[in-house]
Amino acid sequence: MDTLIEISYFVSAVLFILGLKRMSSPVTARGGILWAGAGMLVATLITFFYPGMQNYLLMTVAIALGGGLALWSGRKVAMTDMPQMIALYNGMGGGAAGAIAAVELLKGQFPSTTFLALAIAGALIGSVSFSGSLVAFAKLQGWARKPLRFPGQQAVNLALLAAAAGSGIYMIVQGDFSGGLILAFFALALAYGVMMAMPIGGADMPVVISLFNALTGLAVGFEGFVLNNAAMIIAGTVVGAAGTLLTQLMAKAMNRSIGNVLFSAFGTTGGEAVEEVSGSMKPVDATDVGVMMAYAERVIIVPGYGMAVAQAQHKIHELTELLTSRGVDVKFAIHPVAGRMPGHMNVLLAEANVPYDLLYDLDEINPAFSKADVALVIGANDVVNPMARTNPDSPIYGMPILNVDQAKNVIVIKRGQGKGFSGVENALFFADNTRMLYGDGQAMVGELIQAIKSV
Amino acid sequence: MIAGMTALYIFMLAAFTGYEVIARVPVILHTPLMSGSNFVHGIVLVGAMVAMGHAHGPLELVIGFLGVMLAAGNAVGGYVVTERMLEMFRSSKRGSK
Repeated sequence: MDTLIEISYFVSAVLFILGLKRMSSPVTARGGILWAGAGMLVATLITFFYPGMQNYLLMTVAIALGGGLALWSGRKVAMTDMPQMIALYNGMGGGAAGAIAAVELLKGQFPSTTFLALAIAGALIGSVSFSGSLVAFAKLQGWARKPLRFPGQQAVNLALLAAAAGSGIYMIVQGDFSGGLILAFFALALAYGVMMAMPIGGADMPVVISLFNALTGLAVGFEGFVLNNAAMIIAGTVVGAAGTLLTQLMAKAMNRSIGNVLFSAFGTTGGEAVEEVSGSMKPVDATDVGVMMAYAERVIIVPGYGMAVAQAQHKIHELTELLTSRGVDVKFAIHPVAGRMPGHMNVLLAEANVPYDLLYDLDEINPAFSKADVALVIGANDVVNPMARTNPDSPIYGMPILNVDQAKNVIVIKRGQGKGFSGVENALFFADNTRMLYGDGQAMVGELIQAIKSV
Repeated sequence: MIAGMTALYIFMLAAFTGYEVIARVPVILHTPLMSGSNFVHGIVLVGAMVAMGHAHGPLELVIGFLGVMLAAGNAVGGYVVTERMLEMFRSSKRGSK
């Protein structure tokens, strides 16, 4: 039986790696999750035959409870709320890694100090990921919108982390696993996770969620060593490394370093020194825009999160089909942080049946703007702000942006005259070739469709 | 027992694998991939089951129970949302490409 278990774990580790590999291309991605899912099923089922196991009934109840709740919530969550759902599930994984370590610590039998140290490290990382992810979830869900900041915060956080790590090291060195000490260790680690996520603003959250994802993977890998479980070691470490890379890619797309995201508060640096922009915003109505688009050769649509909030993606799809049937070349320009995290916008558009081969990312599409007749910006703001290129004083200076301002005509659909997520004035809205189409995204695109149909 | 240098080698190779496997992923798949990797660390369920299965006394059992419940949530939730997202990706050339 032992051999069969080992072989099953090996097979599931292979399936995980192949699954992830397939998930990194849009053509095979669908199959990738099935492969990984098969791996999970094999590993879970065979674990029921693990030697010396008890408590089967309660275990099945726990799986049914946790799995059932997750199945229910995962089925009904809206695509726009995906980031916080991922944060939540990720936090659960971190919590589970912490729980494994807690049980092992309570038993207090480790073959060597190395295993003890790994159990403690995994417990620390897992607990931080658990409480931090829950805070991230609460923030994105809108329960705790405002970042919490106070003077000396970094010092307090550092002290908390040092205290958590210190109590862990004390356990390793002294071999002392009294209940109080274990409790203090976990309490400190959990508190650090909360404090670490508290000051981070909504726009930076995806990077942090991705970081917690990588941390959970690492914690799982560490606990895998403690339990001598190869599937956990390999799957956890693979996710730890892949998650770290993803975090770097996301941070890079936002022109921020991971340290910058974690330790500086966005918006507090340049918030007041808002530059004056010359010119005025020039309104336009949907009929004129409809005519302009109907006779255009090349149209580039630039969707932002505002589009998803207005639930306009289905109308956008209709508009795309209509324009395509008239022979207009329609492309989508997707900024890496167009949604709430890299790739989120693609998911939202995919939900509305927009084919993924019409979607282009920043580097591919930027040269095309100068040849475009119309660039339609809907619900995007900071990612099309030319000040990121031109004004070194701007808080968003240096962030890679879509060069929308180079299109012949720029149409911006916008609810009102307010500023973007970062509170920075957008020079694009004041440019000579820009016209503003004020109104609700969904309603405005609907009017555009009517206008084009009646041309 | 996987011990000493062997463990270190496994750790290193797995880390490189993770890095290489997603190194060339297009931006459009970042969100599903993050979700997918989130699902993969749901393998912690296996460990939580083993920990709970060998728990002695009520305290260990309660913590083990919580661990299994959380881990099952990670695995099932991660799978469901990833599958939902990936299912929607389709090409304008209907399956080819």
